[in-house]
Amino acid sequence: MIYLETPKKFQALVAQAHQVAQQVFRPISRKYDRAEHTDPKELDMLAALLDGMNEAGGTGGAGAAGVRRDSQGQSDGANRNGSNLSTVLGIMELCWGDVALTLSLPRQGLGNAAIASVANEEQLARFKGRWAAMAITEPHCGSDSAAIRTTARRDGDHYILNGEKIYVTAGHRADLVVVWATLDRSLGRAAIKSFVVEKGTPGFEEVRLEHKLGIRASDTAAFVLKDCRVPKENLLGSPEINVEKGFAGVMQTFDNTRPLVAAMAVGLARACLDETRRLLERAGIEIDYRRAAAQQSAAAAEFLKMEADYEAARLLTLQAAWMADNRRPNSLQASMAKAKAGRTGVEVALKCLELAGAVGYAEGEEGAGLLEKWARDAKILDIFEGTQQIQLLIIARRLLNKSSAELK
Amino acid sequence: MTKLADRAMGYGLRALNHFAGLALVDRLRLRKPAERLLYRAARGGFRSAAAAGRVFSATRKLMQPERPARVGESALFDLTPTEEQQMLQEAARSFADERLRAAAAQADAACAAPAELLAQSRELGLAALGVPEALGGTGSERNAVTNVLVAEALAHGDLGLALACLAPAAVSTALSLWGDAEQQAKYLPAFTGENPPAAALALMEARPLFDPFALETRARERGDGYVLEGVKTLVPLAASAELFVVAAQLAERGPALFLVESSTAGVSIEAEPAMGLRAAATGRLRLDRVELPRSALLGSGEARIYEDCVQLARLGWCALACGTAQAVLDYVIPYVNEREAFGEPISHRQSVAFTVADIAIELEGLRLATWRAASRAERGLPFAREVALARRLCSDRGMAIGSHGVQLLGGHGYVKEHPVERWYRDLRAAGLMEGAVLV
Repeated sequence: MIYLETPKKFQALVAQAHQVAQQVFRPISRKYDRAEHTDPKELDMLAALLDGMNEAGGTGGAGAAGVRRDSQGQSDGANRNGSNLSTVLGIMELCWGDVALTLSLPRQGLGNAAIASVANEEQLARFKGRWAAMAITEPHCGSDSAAIRTTARRDGDHYILNGEKIYVTAGHRADLVVVWATLDRSLGRAAIKSFVVEKGTPGFEEVRLEHKLGIRASDTAAFVLKDCRVPKENLLGSPEINVEKGFAGVMQTFDNTRPLVAAMAVGLARACLDETRRLLERAGIEIDYRRAAAQQSAAAAEFLKMEADYEAARLLTLQAAWMADNRRPNSLQASMAKAKAGRTGVEVALKCLELAGAVGYAEGEEGAGLLEKWARDAKILDIFEGTQQIQLLIIARRLLNKSSAELK
Repeated sequence: MTKLADRAMGYGLRALNHFAGLALVDRLRLRKPAERLLYRAARGGFRSAAAAGRVFSATRKLMQPERPARVGESALFDLTPTEEQQMLQEAARSFADERLRAAAAQADAACAAPAELLAQSRELGLAALGVPEALGGTGSERNAVTNVLVAEALAHGDLGLALACLAPAAVSTALSLWGDAEQQAKYLPAFTGENPPAAALALMEARPLFDPFALETRARERGDGYVLEGVKTLVPLAASAELFVVAAQLAERGPALFLVESSTAGVSIEAEPAMGLRAAATGRLRLDRVELPRSALLGSGEARIYEDCVQLARLGWCALACGTAQAVLDYVIPYVNEREAFGEPISHRQSVAFTVADIAIELEGLRLATWRAASRAERGLPFAREVALARRLCSDRGMAIGSHGVQLLGGHGYVKEHPVERWYRDLRAAGLMEGAVLV
């Protein structure tokens, strides 16, 4: 039966995540935005809690549950609300608190999602409990991940990796880095594999930490791989170069992480709207849901417009997660959610900031004083994990039934 | 199978059978020639009497009003329609895509829906959907979501014709939700009978920044009844409607809803063609010192009821917009794949492809927001916020979709050879109309 409210069974989880956001994240939000590259030690205790929740099969962080495509998976007809839905709901709350701190939660990295999705049983056991970052982007390629130049050459019981990786989220703090490298550049994307590289491996060097517009509490690292020897057992999944399947394995991860990034933007947008509603109330502006926007003050009308887009973004995100739980292919919906949420997060944050004026624009410690930070944080959510433009391409190709050769 | 499913199946199958047995349907003439008014496509202040309606009388007495049961609690997030809903959706969708779409351009030009088409829609039993079984309808539960799904499906065929088909159901739904025992017994049997009347829910008034909570149509208490004075605008099926639900400001109490039979003295109609919704034969409803009995007041004039009415109507418009916006998307995709320019399909251009993607994204968001509001409404949860947000999306994003529809077809989108120009006109209504439909 059609029902779009937060399921009862997840209300406790949402409340808990909100508590974390409010009691742990918000009080240290401004501190780590200023002290970029200082490790937020306060999160270590929290991470232990989340590990427990992951064990219990509950929620977790950013995609750590991953996606296992063991079977085609059929819904048995009964509606499922599972870990995909609970995770997006949790992420929305945590990012209402602070996006960068959410990204900095130990052992909740994108690399963990990749491992969970593609690793074999032995690897799953070996890397259990370790924090893994993901290294795909290189200076010359972000969206065009098939164009990566980092190479992996087989040599006895090792692969030798050479290349350069940038924009690795949690690259500094994580224990492991999942590095995308190609076994043979002439064979295209089918030859691209991911390798788990332990910190401290000779030839694997962190060369830079980025200074960013936003999400400053999240460390963004650059690495150089110079004749870095990685055990062959660290190649995730199969070393076969299957031109048919090729890329699909690792790209599958993104079907499940796209709704999570969408959820981040939704949580952030709601934080902006909550504060702005408070500010408008204090300014004597009433927001009346019964009356048309044209009958209300410009500020109220503007608020309604933003809240409407926020609602659309939120429901699209829940839809994508719900479909994943019910084993329905959700690639299209995941992209729609990410596209809508990404752009709405930015629009809402910037507009709320405009309405708040100096109260939002000046650096503050809490509440509306964080609006300018949220506006800076929002921008990356429309860029990483598939830019707005890439999402539109994915959606358009799917609707128009076009290949990447036809619709560029 | 449940009783609802049986009856719904009956209605659905009956509808499907019609498409095979059109000759029979063509012989049906449900409109008396005398009621066919001289409807002109141009406004000229030409005023005439409203339809000489039937006499409504109760054939049985009810002890108390019948209300649809509230939908039970759900535990889980779910986007799957029930089996009954899917059946109704399919029946409505077949009817819309096969019949409404084909008749739409003509009906738009003529400012009227073909009689046979309205007869077929009556066979679908739309006016009976919201009516409790005890009163001959097929509604067992409060079914705002079902009504949304059906409205969406019909509007995929054509919004103007969908409005023509659904307008009477607004009145039957209003009676089911808010009518007292006497009102239900008197009027509802007609809606579930063989020959349901045309009817309309008239809220809107003709002035800019119209606020349905600040009405100029007035109801004065006089003796043992009321006297209504005012003008309603953009009323669907105005000339043929036999029964209206009219919103009027009741003295100091606030806006309220009144049952007005078309044959009442002082009721007159003026043709009022508009930018869109033309197949629904919109008109102005003029009330010149219309005297009504006390029993004409619906829902005791309770503020909450009027609020629900306004919001459920807006929600109905969101549903119609979803259906027509989907029609736009379904139409432009094959078009841009076939149309070539500079040696390849125009769908290969990012500007075109991204516009298609944006239509899909915004439509999906609008639809989910509409469904959420409807799902809350039928469970008795507060839904004002959700309707306001869906309405906002409908008005902004829904209209943008209509505009994109024309743009993607270029010059071809501008002429009446293609339906997108009509959908542009119709989608503008969805964000500004009040009343006329209910879910």
